[in-house]
Amino acid sequence: MTAELITFDRVGKRFADAVVLDDLSFGVRAGERVTLIGPSGSGKTTILRMLMTLTRPDSGTITLAGEPLFHERRGDTLVPAGERHLRAMRRHTTMVFQQYNLFPNMRVLRNVTEAPVHVLGLPAEEAEERARELLDVVGLAGKLDAYPSQLSGGQQQRVAIARALAMRPDVLLLDEVTSALDPELAAEVLDVLRDVARTFDVTMLCVTHAMKFARDVSDRVLMFNEGRIIESASPDELFDAPKQERTRQFLRSVIDES
Amino acid sequence: MTFDWQAAWDAVPPLLRGLATALQAAAFGYVIALVLGLAFALLRRSSLRWVRLPVGFFVEFVRSTPLLVQLFFLFFVLPTIGVELSAMATGAIGLGLHYAAYTSEVYRAGIDGVPVGQWEAAKALSLSRGRTWTRVVLPQAVPRVVPALGNYAIALFKDTPQLTVITIAEVLSVVKAVGSQNFQYLELITVAGLLYLVTALLIAWPVRVLERRYRRELA
Repeated sequence: MTAELITFDRVGKRFADAVVLDDLSFGVRAGERVTLIGPSGSGKTTILRMLMTLTRPDSGTITLAGEPLFHERRGDTLVPAGERHLRAMRRHTTMVFQQYNLFPNMRVLRNVTEAPVHVLGLPAEEAEERARELLDVVGLAGKLDAYPSQLSGGQQQRVAIARALAMRPDVLLLDEVTSALDPELAAEVLDVLRDVARTFDVTMLCVTHAMKFARDVSDRVLMFNEGRIIESASPDELFDAPKQERTRQFLRSVIDES
Repeated sequence: MTFDWQAAWDAVPPLLRGLATALQAAAFGYVIALVLGLAFALLRRSSLRWVRLPVGFFVEFVRSTPLLVQLFFLFFVLPTIGVELSAMATGAIGLGLHYAAYTSEVYRAGIDGVPVGQWEAAKALSLSRGRTWTRVVLPQAVPRVVPALGNYAIALFKDTPQLTVITIAEVLSVVKAVGSQNFQYLELITVAGLLYLVTALLIAWPVRVLERRYRRELA
């Protein structure tokens, strides 16, 4: 069995009075594609944000690639991680956001090459060549010189996917990447992500309400409710024969909505 | 009372020389205000309290005290502790420090206006803090505050008459000097006022152009 790349061990998080993650433990194996579903506020996005070091847990330990994410070893003890450790750990992951978050002051090509050149240290020509390939994969080879404001939402999100992949991450985090798009543009983005899941050797954690997509690409689906995983199963099992009433209720509401 | 057109005409050359001096002090002062204001804005966001607090105190102190007092301090007090500067340098530094306190607030507003998602995207790509500032945040923050910075250029220029108290021969000094000889203050002040007006309008013009351009970009 493949070793776990990501481990959450009794992770807790509160925002004011709300418990967002409640003593949560789970693991993700290298190369696994895991979809996180559940109602809003159930903690799914918080998990992605923690893996991207955008949110710190209040308690518990997260391990990524064998290293504690928010702690570093000093001798025999673990101490809260400093910025240097966090930066090193961030190199394992990258995230695609709901609102794309492309850099509006940079053209498409530079959005994709900026980090590979200045973080990974790739020569500019190599980074550009790789960016052109990735932009071709997401169907935007003709938009290299466009600014993000000149692109549709779907196109911007596809650039964001290319930008994330250009970092050659171990883990790709996808946070409701189609929620801000109308159905037609969302379908384009999901098609691209299906291709990515098929052709790239990357562990994927995906928060989505697109259930068909979740069924197509996931190895495992985790159903969240009130900061806990209430059901974890293969997509066929979870969608066709959910064990929990809360899961059935949620799936019904998502189907009604769509 | 009659307006002596000849006296007004005769006042133009010395007043223009005064205007050139004022513009020189204003230009140096403005560059200082732009650079130092940005530095203050960045330092006020430092995670280190011992950096953030003194800079914050300094900015508030400068904003809460009159420029005239600050000019007096720089001109009369600094030499007593061994810091001797020319009147022009003192004037430019005085204007620069005073307006840096204001431009730092303008920069702060611009930086705060950059969506949090941009910081998060930079983090998600592991960009260093320096690169995030110089390639992502400031290129987005600065253009949107250019109109406000331009307005402070006009305000700074209009404060140059205060430099007369530290012996800089700017427009008001010329008015006083020439007026003490011919007592034709009406003509002198009228011409001086017109020079201020025309110069302020000339500074305002590119600011308005930038404002319109930015509004179009936002639309």
